[in-house]
Amino acid sequence: MNAKKSSFFDHVWDFFCSLKLAISTLILLALTSIIGTVIQQNANPQDYVREYGETAYRIFSALNFLDMYHSWWFLTLLTLFAVNLICCSIKRLPRILKLVNQPNLDPDERFYKTMANGGELTVGLAPEKVRDRLAEFLGRKFARPRVAEGEGIIQLFAQKMPWARFSVYVTHLSILVIFLGAILGTVWGYKAYVNIPEGSSTDKVWPRGSDTPIDLGFEVRCDRFEVQFYPGGMRPKEFVSDLVVLENGREVEKKTIEVNNPLTYKGITFYQSSYGPMGDPQFHFKVRERATGKTVTVVAHKGQPVRLPGGQAFRVADFTEHFQTFGSAARIEMLPDLAGKNPAGRSRKSFVVLQKFPEFDAQRGGEYIFSLLDYKQRYYTGLQVAKDPGVWVVWLGCFFLVAGTFSAFFLSHRRLWVTVRAEGGKTHVRYGANAHRNQAAFAIWFEDFARDFEESLKK
Amino acid sequence: MSSVNLFNFTTIAYFSAMILFVGYLVTRKEGVSLVANIATWIGFVLHTGAIGLRWYESYQMLGADGRAPLSNLYESVVFFAWTIVLIYILLDLKYKQRAVGAFVVPFAFLGMTWAQLNLNDAIDPLVPALQSNWLTYHVITCFLGYACFAVACGVSIMYLIKSGKEQNNAESTPAGGVMSLFPSIRVLDDINYKAIMIGFPLLSLGIITGAAWANYAWGTYWSWDPKETWSLIVWFVYAAFLHARFTRGWVGRKAAWLSVFGFAATIFCYLGVNLVLSGLHSYGGG
Repeated sequence: MNAKKSSFFDHVWDFFCSLKLAISTLILLALTSIIGTVIQQNANPQDYVREYGETAYRIFSALNFLDMYHSWWFLTLLTLFAVNLICCSIKRLPRILKLVNQPNLDPDERFYKTMANGGELTVGLAPEKVRDRLAEFLGRKFARPRVAEGEGIIQLFAQKMPWARFSVYVTHLSILVIFLGAILGTVWGYKAYVNIPEGSSTDKVWPRGSDTPIDLGFEVRCDRFEVQFYPGGMRPKEFVSDLVVLENGREVEKKTIEVNNPLTYKGITFYQSSYGPMGDPQFHFKVRERATGKTVTVVAHKGQPVRLPGGQAFRVADFTEHFQTFGSAARIEMLPDLAGKNPAGRSRKSFVVLQKFPEFDAQRGGEYIFSLLDYKQRYYTGLQVAKDPGVWVVWLGCFFLVAGTFSAFFLSHRRLWVTVRAEGGKTHVRYGANAHRNQAAFAIWFEDFARDFEESLKK
Repeated sequence: MSSVNLFNFTTIAYFSAMILFVGYLVTRKEGVSLVANIATWIGFVLHTGAIGLRWYESYQMLGADGRAPLSNLYESVVFFAWTIVLIYILLDLKYKQRAVGAFVVPFAFLGMTWAQLNLNDAIDPLVPALQSNWLTYHVITCFLGYACFAVACGVSIMYLIKSGKEQNNAESTPAGGVMSLFPSIRVLDDINYKAIMIGFPLLSLGIITGAAWANYAWGTYWSWDPKETWSLIVWFVYAAFLHARFTRGWVGRKAAWLSVFGFAATIFCYLGVNLVLSGLHSYGGG
C-alpha cells in the first residue's frame, strides 16, 4: 500500500518535472495565444454580436475568449508552465551542485575511457617535478589545479567556468522572476489616465475600466500643451506638455514631457498619450473696409457673430489648421445686418481666409478685406498614468533571461584530470578532459593544448 | 546615385547569386559556387552602402530630423534582407557549405524584390511615437533574430529533402546526385540548432527592448497587442524546439519541421499581423 502510494506520487512528481510537459505546455501556450490575436479582446458586446452573431458571442464568452489572456484556463497554463520550471529545477539542481562541488578527484582508467579527449605519456622527470611543472602549466594555460596526493600517485584536477552549468537554471528562474514582477505590478500598481486642460490641475486619475478615481496624493498642473507639425504637412512632429507637480500648493517638480519622455514623481509616471481641443479657438482678425481703408482688429469665437464698424456682422463658420497644403484657414460668413438686410455688393456670402496669405482676401472684391492674424486654441493634454512597483523586478528577470540563455548556449564547463604515477623509475602521466557544451570546438582547442601539455613535460 | 538605384543593383546581385547557386546544384562545379558567393558578397557590399546612403539622404532631406533607415515597412524589409545575407556570410565563413546559399539567398532576393516593386520608399520624418533610441535597438535585435530563423528554416528544408530521399532509398546510403552537394544531415541538423541557438537570445532581446520601449513610451511593458502576442508565440515555438532537442522522438525530422513552423510564425509575426490583424506597429503607414 505504502509502496503503491509513493509510486503514485513519484508519477505525479515525474510528470511535473518532465520535458514532455515543458514542450506540450509551450506548444499549447503558442496555439491558444493565437485566439486572442484573431478575436479582438475586451471590445463591446454589441461589436461581437454584430461581427460574429449572438450564438458565437455566447460561446466565445463562455470560453473566456473575449479576455483570454486573463482567463482561468490561460492562467492555469501559465501556472503549469511555472510549476514545471520549479519542479525540474528542484529535481536537477542537487545533481548539478554535486557535480560542480564534488568533482571526481580520484579518476581511474575506466573514468578516463569515458572522456572524448585525452592521452598518456611517460616521462623521465620525477613525479614531484611533473606535479610542479603541470601545476604551473595548467595555472598559466587553463586553470589552477587541485592536487591530491596518495600512495605513489598524484591526482590533479582543474576546471573552468563550473558556474556555466547553472545558466540553464538562471534562465528558468528568470521567467519566474518576470512572473513575480508582473504579479507585483498587478497587485500594487495601476494603469490610469487623466485629461488636464491647459492651465488647470488635478489630483485624481481614472483607472482603466473603473469609475472610481485614484487619489495621487499630490497635484499635477498642465501649464501648456503644444502640437508641432513637420513643415508642409499634417505629420505630427511632437506633442509637448509642460507639467508641474504641486505638493500642498508648492511647486516641487517641473518637466516638459513629450511622447517617449515621461515624468515620474513618487513612483507614478505620467506619459504623453493624447490631446484634444478645449472649447473653440479664439481668432484675431484684421478687417479693412475697402471703401474707407479704415482698419480694425477684432476678436472672434467660432460661430458667434461679430459686429464690424460699418454696421455689418460676420461669424467664423468653420476653421481648420490644415486647409489642403495652405495651413490654417477660417471660413467666414457675412451675416445680415441688424436691419435684416443681406450683405450688399457682389461679394459672396461665405469665403475662406488663409492665415499664411494675408492679402489673399483682397482679390475677392468684398466690402471688407479679412486677414487672419492668429488664433488661440486651448487644449487638454491626455496623460497615461502608471504605477508599477514590479517593473524593476521584470527588468531584472529579463536581464537574467538574456544573460542566462547566452551563457547556457555559449559558455561551457570544461574539466581536466591528470593522474601522475611513478612507474619503474619513470613517471606515467594519464590525462583527459571534457566540456559540457560545444564539444567540437573543445576538441579542436584540446589538440593544441595537449601538444603544449606534453611539451611542458619534456626536456 | 540614389539609394533606391543602389538597392536595385543589390537586388540584381542577389538574383544572380540565387541563379548561380541553383546552377551550382545542377552543374556540381565548385567554380560556380565560388562565383555565386562573390555575387552574394558584391550584393552585400552594395546593400550595406545603400543603407548607409539612405541614412545620409534622410539627413539631406529632413535636416536635423534625419534618422536611421529602420522605420517603415520598406526599410524594415530591406534591413531584414541585409541581416539574412549577413548571417549567411558568417555561416559560410564557418561551415563552407555553399549549397546552403541556394536555400537562404532566395529569402533575401524575395524581400528585396518585394520592397523595390511594391513598397513605398519615401523618406518621411518620424512620428512622435517612433522618436526613440529604443527603435534602433528593437529593430536590430529583432531582425538579427529573424534572420537566424530564416537560415535555420532554409537549412531545415534541406534537411527534410535530404533525409526524405535517404528514407526512400532502401538502404540508408547517403543520397547521391544534387543531394551529394548538401551537407550531411548531421551538419544540417547542427547548423539548424546553432542558428536557433543564436536567434533565440536575439529574439528574447528584441521582445525585451520592445517591452522596455513600450514601458517608456506609454507605461505598459506588455499589453497583449497582436504583435506582442505573436512575438511571444514565436518565442514559445523556438523554446519548444530547443527543449525538443533533449527528448528522444523529437530530434531529426520533427525538429526540422518545428524550425520551419517557427519561421512561418516569425513571418506571420512580422508581416501577417500588419497585413491581416490590427494593432500598434503600423510601420508609419508604409
